[in-house]
Amino acid sequence: MVKNIIDWIDARIPMTATYNRHVGQYPTPKNFNFWYFFGSLALLVLVNQLLTGIWLTMNYVPTAEGAFASVEYIMRDVEYGWLLRYMHSTGASAFFVVIYLHMFRGLIYGSYQKPRELLWLFGMLIFLVLMAEAFMGYLLPWGQMSYWGAQVIISLFGAIPVIGDDLTLWIRGDYVISGATLNRFFALHVIALPLVLVVLVFLHLIALHEVGSNNPDGVEIKKNKDENGWPVDAIPFHPYYTVKDIMGVAGFLIVFCYVLFFMPEGGGYFLEKPNFEAANPMKTPEHIAPVWYFTPFYAILRAIPDKLLGVVGMGLSIAVLFILPWLDRCKVKSIRYRGLIHKINIAQFTVSFIVLGYLGAVPATPTLTIVARIFTLTYFGFFVALWVYSKNEKTKPEPTRVTH
Amino acid sequence: MSNAPVDTGRRRFLTAATAVVGGAGAVAVAVPFIKSWNPSAKAKAAGAPVEVNISKVEPGQLIRVEWRGKPVWVVRRTEAVLNGLASLDGQLRDPASEEMQQPEYAQNAARSIKPEFFIAVGICTHLGCSPTYLPDSFGEQVEGVPSGFFCPCHGSKFDMAGRVFQGVPAPLNLVIPPHHYVDDNTVLIGLDTGAA
Amino acid sequence: MKKLLIALVTLVPSLAMAAGGHNVHLESANVDLHDTASLERGLDMFQHYCSGCHSTQYQRYERVATDLNISADDMRNKYMFTGAKIGELMENSIPTADAAKWFGAAPPDLTLVARVRGADWVYSYLKGFYADESRPFGVNNTVFPLVGMPHVLQGLQGLPVKQEDGTFVTTGGSMTAEEYDQAMRDLTGFLVYSGDPVKLEREALGWWVLGFLFIFFIIAYFLKKEYWKDVH
Repeated sequence: MVKNIIDWIDARIPMTATYNRHVGQYPTPKNFNFWYFFGSLALLVLVNQLLTGIWLTMNYVPTAEGAFASVEYIMRDVEYGWLLRYMHSTGASAFFVVIYLHMFRGLIYGSYQKPRELLWLFGMLIFLVLMAEAFMGYLLPWGQMSYWGAQVIISLFGAIPVIGDDLTLWIRGDYVISGATLNRFFALHVIALPLVLVVLVFLHLIALHEVGSNNPDGVEIKKNKDENGWPVDAIPFHPYYTVKDIMGVAGFLIVFCYVLFFMPEGGGYFLEKPNFEAANPMKTPEHIAPVWYFTPFYAILRAIPDKLLGVVGMGLSIAVLFILPWLDRCKVKSIRYRGLIHKINIAQFTVSFIVLGYLGAVPATPTLTIVARIFTLTYFGFFVALWVYSKNEKTKPEPTRVTH
Repeated sequence: MSNAPVDTGRRRFLTAATAVVGGAGAVAVAVPFIKSWNPSAKAKAAGAPVEVNISKVEPGQLIRVEWRGKPVWVVRRTEAVLNGLASLDGQLRDPASEEMQQPEYAQNAARSIKPEFFIAVGICTHLGCSPTYLPDSFGEQVEGVPSGFFCPCHGSKFDMAGRVFQGVPAPLNLVIPPHHYVDDNTVLIGLDTGAA
Repeated sequence: MKKLLIALVTLVPSLAMAAGGHNVHLESANVDLHDTASLERGLDMFQHYCSGCHSTQYQRYERVATDLNISADDMRNKYMFTGAKIGELMENSIPTADAAKWFGAAPPDLTLVARVRGADWVYSYLKGFYADESRPFGVNNTVFPLVGMPHVLQGLQGLPVKQEDGTFVTTGGSMTAEEYDQAMRDLTGFLVYSGDPVKLEREALGWWVLGFLFIFFIIAYFLKKEYWKDVH
């Protein structure tokens, strides 16, 4: 009976074939480690955001007059509304946690290198859209941080010569952030950007399954196949990585739910304190900081003592990641077999990113501004240095088979 | 792949255990999503029982109060109207109120707790219009019956106890909401006696 | 690789230290959300002394009554003064425009004040009024300089006067210092409850969820181990 139904469908669309290609018979390197959990976790968080987001729109009111009260209405009057809202707000931060770790994995194992450049580009586009999505979503509760954060970020566009002022006016749809801004951000946040995001995720997965997964050794498993054409270092995704990812999901959910139920404000980083006060265009909070996932880029913006150059610097700090596959000219992928200089470079880049993240969250002082400038230089220095040394890098011999 | 013997029993057991526990988790996750569709505290507050002071209602007069967004009528019926109810039984669909369109305590000849006061949800049981109260001119609709309710949408007719006449589209008598008398002059609509 | 991880781990706590930034010394409020008697005294204090000007308009009387184990009749008779129904929001009665005229700014809604400022700030603020002739209402506040509000609780606390050595001497209140501290702790507790009324329920549910996930993780771990016996 079941078989008949499957045959009937298979005669019309390639259901079983697609399943086998992407899950059942997808050859996955058998040496995945801890860092390889974050792809499937990102997918889990995406689903969480979509579902809780849809449910939040059922009670949220996208107007300047009603937005703040409607969030409190969800938190208090709607049955389990608080849980849906915290799932969404904690999910936003969790999304960036897993995405940053996922990107870091790509960085250390050279997963962006040929033939995975397009895979990396789709990933970067996802990251970009995700930042826009998070930024617009943060305006919706219409708290003080929502309002003034959006004010600052939108003003950045004012730095663009000639068209800057008109552009900011156009984005806001008003002379200040207003209900008009809120409405368009709402539309983009709940409809347009999620659609783009889902399409990009689809393309990201197609690109991945076309070229196959990289692995911690950076060895191409397709180079070594048995008589049936199956890579000898591969195992089918199902059941081996489905069961492993289920375990990863359970572990992730323990951390996620701990934050969700016991510290949904994330120490003031996931939900900033001033955001529990309704937006007031007459009064700026004492200290404005973007949400934690934007702080590294924000620190670069503040470190540069020129409005236009600051915006350009911040833009470049993200844009440069797009061309990473072409900056790295080394043939060896994994950090395991690359030169000492590359290891040091990645280490300093990691430190730079985290220090910048810290600096972007605290008020700027003259000393801290100097520190931020130094780490802005080392941040960009990573890419310059990579391009220089990777051409003739002294690498260790790569194994022909994955180590396990 | 290895040649070591596979313990299928253990494998099957663990797979089943994961599926069952994971499935239970998925069901639990669905709970907040489903429950959030229940009436919120705001809706419940708006739908709370309504207190009505009936001391000022004149004989023959109808007053409307809103309960859960619906019109509820309070009509003070005259002695003559009450006496005339029984004579209509032959023309009605459900003269004895056998269909549960009213709480048990209103399942009587006058369809009310106190015969003098008729309390009903003013929504036609046909398609949801609100019938018009015709205190004097109902005779044009049903000959020999001076007062009643007439639905302007599709012409359904109800007597002064909200009972539906035969030969009209409405299938059932008007709904009597749960209510009780707090004291002689006050009626609480929306709550059965003692349920407070 | 390991070094990288260590660098990551050591830097995270310093990031967590970034919160705060206020230099004013705050006294610990020591709020106990399980102590509903204290929260009810806080509600009583709020309704009598604060609710004339400040609303807590995102919460409903009925919810507060339920959470604090107060009967509907007690709630109506003791704590509701505006003629509102019990299911309604706890709005106040003074018009915003008038209030803005009288005080320079409309008294803010206080439902979420404890989430914005923190419990210790609220507690210290309530204890922080002192005599200052230069101010319109004759009082200033140690944690909120140039405060635009009179010392509403002066009849209870008395009026602290700053001495030359920087300490305060308080006279004229109907409460002892200890009684006033406790009353302010009650009031702060009520505001902490108001800001996040679901906290206790949330944490109770959280333990069940974590317990469930822990069991699920263990089963998933053994399932993974069992299947991965195949892989060499």
